[in-house]
Amino acid sequence: MPPDLVELDDTDRHILKLLAENADIACGEIGRRISISQSVAWRRIQRLKESGILGKRRLVFDNEALGFTVTVFLGIKLSAKDSASLAEFERAITAIPEVQVVQHVLGIFDYRVRIVARNLSDFERVLRRRIMALPGISEFEANVLLSEERRRGPIG
Amino acid sequence: MTCSELSEKFGISPATCWRRIEGMKRNGTISGFEGCIDWKALGYEIEVSLRIKLDKAHPKVFEEFIRAARKVPEVTEIQTFLGRVDVRLTLLAKNSGHYRELYRDRILALPNVSDIEPLMLISTVKDSKCLPI
Repeated sequence: MPPDLVELDDTDRHILKLLAENADIACGEIGRRISISQSVAWRRIQRLKESGILGKRRLVFDNEALGFTVTVFLGIKLSAKDSASLAEFERAITAIPEVQVVQHVLGIFDYRVRIVARNLSDFERVLRRRIMALPGISEFEANVLLSEERRRGPIG
Repeated sequence: MTCSELSEKFGISPATCWRRIEGMKRNGTISGFEGCIDWKALGYEIEVSLRIKLDKAHPKVFEEFIRAARKVPEVTEIQTFLGRVDVRLTLLAKNSGHYRELYRDRILALPNVSDIEPLMLISTVKDSKCLPI
């Protein structure tokens, strides 16, 4: 383990668990839930932020309430794998507004992509007009998301 | 982005901005705020996406698999799909030795698995929860 890693104790872990679920929760409330003072909670949170463990807060939208009912994951394989082709592909795909996530991966595909759409015909439009117009795609596979569950992860 | 940055950007007062956000939370457009944990800062260097096909021999297959997958702390996401992939897990590991251990002892022990295809994350090029509105 690199020396600059912060060792977490149980208090840190409790705080991380609470904040990962709801970043809006106030220091006082955190303190009450795990029986520490508000100022101790505040100092702990600052330490977690400074060490880079606790990143930015992120808005969680209700996609369905906003009319986006379909999420599709694409696995994409490129025909050319030189760095210029990768850079061009990445630039083009990240510019598509319906594309939320682009990950460069190692395995049977080169990229994993998350796409949101209003419905299946809207997804077809994105796929045909946007994705299939991208440079250098040799193969792709689409899987429609049915359910999604975020887990807390190995906080302890 | 903070409320004051937002209000500057759109030329509204911070109080108005705050009221708008609270309004969107109440009507359910915004479900809340989540904190992002940087797992690398905690020593988890490896992230693998496991694309899993299940052996769909009886109706409880998904339920049993998901219940067992929830018990692996290093699993951070469980998604089910319509397509060639049935379930996808995101698995974190500290290093390749740790990954091998998790894969052999925990993942291969999950019930009803017929095939696993791992994709190892090299880099995240884009990650946004933004919607094209």
